[in-house]
Amino acid sequence: MYLVLFFIFGGLCVAGALNLLFQRHPINSALSLIVVMSSLAVLYLLLGAEFLAAAQVIVYSGAIMVLFTFVIMLLNAGREELTHGSKAAYLIGIPGAAALFALLVYMFLSNRAPLGSAALGNYLVTTTDLSRVLFHQLLLPFEVTSVLILVAILGAVALARKEP
Amino acid sequence: MVPIFWYLILAATLFCIGVGAFLIKRNVITIFMSIELMLNAVNLTFVAFAHHWHQVSGQIFVFFVMVVAAAEAAVGLAIIIALFRTRATLNVDSVDLMKL
Repeated sequence: MYLVLFFIFGGLCVAGALNLLFQRHPINSALSLIVVMSSLAVLYLLLGAEFLAAAQVIVYSGAIMVLFTFVIMLLNAGREELTHGSKAAYLIGIPGAAALFALLVYMFLSNRAPLGSAALGNYLVTTTDLSRVLFHQLLLPFEVTSVLILVAILGAVALARKEP
Repeated sequence: MVPIFWYLILAATLFCIGVGAFLIKRNVITIFMSIELMLNAVNLTFVAFAHHWHQVSGQIFVFFVMVVAAAEAAVGLAIIIALFRTRATLNVDSVDLMKL
């Protein structure tokens, strides 16, 4: 059951990400990114992070992607034209990304024995556990993020406002 | 039972697809979306390691990444709107004012 769920939603993640890469219209990319984020929420649930799964659906596939689709529709973004990007990006970037992927996979495969495995329900972080750490040890960073959000809202309003 | 390293390989795959999309895409909104994809891949790694070590701090980290990503998305999309208003384009190759 666990394996089936992992393969369904992991496959959906990779398929959505590849669809983001190959679609030419930004709205299709945005919708496939919503698929990726919602499948990641299920994977978080499988890893016992129930609060993060809810937050992923609400914050990422809810708030952030609504913002993205709103901007795409507001700016009436059409299909992207194919222009040639920087040569260095193709010559160094793509092999670099492939090398990074190969290195990461090699590292994970060579360390797979001590990493162990995850079974359904053997580890569950409830919201109580999370908030106990968040509001005792990390109260100051938590409050600082609220200032960050405030600054971001002000910055967004100031940037998007029409020039007088 | 799913080995943890499968989750890590899945996250690495998503991250590298994000890097590739960041380099290949020419639309500034899609480039921004591929950054979000990379952030999500790193979040999956954090959650997988939090499960492995049975530590809450990994999930706290993901929580903060989500908060910062929300703030970043708001500011970034405002910048994109301001960019579209002044240059009337979303293609990154047309926005090369600071290029040497």
